[in-house]
Amino acid sequence: MRVAIIQFPGSNCDWDAWHAVHDVIGLPAERIWHKSELPSEVEAVIVPGGFSFGDYLRCGAIARFSPIMAGLHRFAENGGPVLGICNGFQILCEAGLLPGALIRNSGLEFRCLTQCLEPVDSTEFFNKAKLGERIYLPIAHGEGNYRLEANALAELEANNQVLLRYAGDPTEGFPYGNPNGSVNDIAGVRNLAGNVFGMMPHPERVVAPYHPCLDGIGVLKAFFAPLLDAQPVGLAG
Amino acid sequence: MKVIVYVSPKATVLDPQGAAVEHAMKSLGHESARNVRIGKTVTFEMEGEDTEAFREALNKLCDGLLSNPIIEDFRYEIEE
Repeated sequence: MRVAIIQFPGSNCDWDAWHAVHDVIGLPAERIWHKSELPSEVEAVIVPGGFSFGDYLRCGAIARFSPIMAGLHRFAENGGPVLGICNGFQILCEAGLLPGALIRNSGLEFRCLTQCLEPVDSTEFFNKAKLGERIYLPIAHGEGNYRLEANALAELEANNQVLLRYAGDPTEGFPYGNPNGSVNDIAGVRNLAGNVFGMMPHPERVVAPYHPCLDGIGVLKAFFAPLLDAQPVGLAG
Repeated sequence: MKVIVYVSPKATVLDPQGAAVEHAMKSLGHESARNVRIGKTVTFEMEGEDTEAFREALNKLCDGLLSNPIIEDFRYEIEE
């Protein structure tokens, strides 16, 4: 196994993430229960979407204290790549591995749609040149309204830590931009070191010919770039 | 000891639920209603005395689990 996908009670995008990573990207992946230790051979971690612990108290507030999180903190501090998707993003924010917090959508509605997004020039691998000017990823969340206090937000922008912004694309039939009221239209961010990523959209849901598009592959490859470049990927092991 | 923790959205943080309820209050004729904020109350019982150490432990609990300091404030009451 090279990639661990953490399962909490209430995770529901764990198998989709596994399929995208294991079968489409081609990196051997396994699902790891939140009460386990993070295996030492793991080279990247995905915290998948869902409703961990029923979203009780706040989204991600209880998962943050799961036994596996101590190992995840150490892994991230050592530079290990971590990607939180949707509820996984909320968990990483609650855990302090990413800046900010996600609150109820400004319109109070659960938003479930294909969203137009603008990739931001954030890292060597995650940028417009690699991903394109506009990409389309599904979103499905009630608490995706990204909040960060003004000074911290200015710092986040100055350090190019924004990965994705909600955007409109009227000519392609996507007239609406920001679906949830996030500050600066932020849909995804990374930590300062550049190894922890979080995003509300679901790249793992658009990776196969029977999906609406394949834009998730580029996003996942941008995250896994350090692993993909490190050595040729073997068969499932 | 019985503890009552009140968690509320920070004054600087948008509260979409509060805004929706404020709108409803106005439509019911309470036009002067302002700054509606919706928080939550957490009550529990815990063994100990109301000492500095007890309050320190309580602060840690409130700041780590029961509220998120980025978006929420908390206060609590302790009853015998």
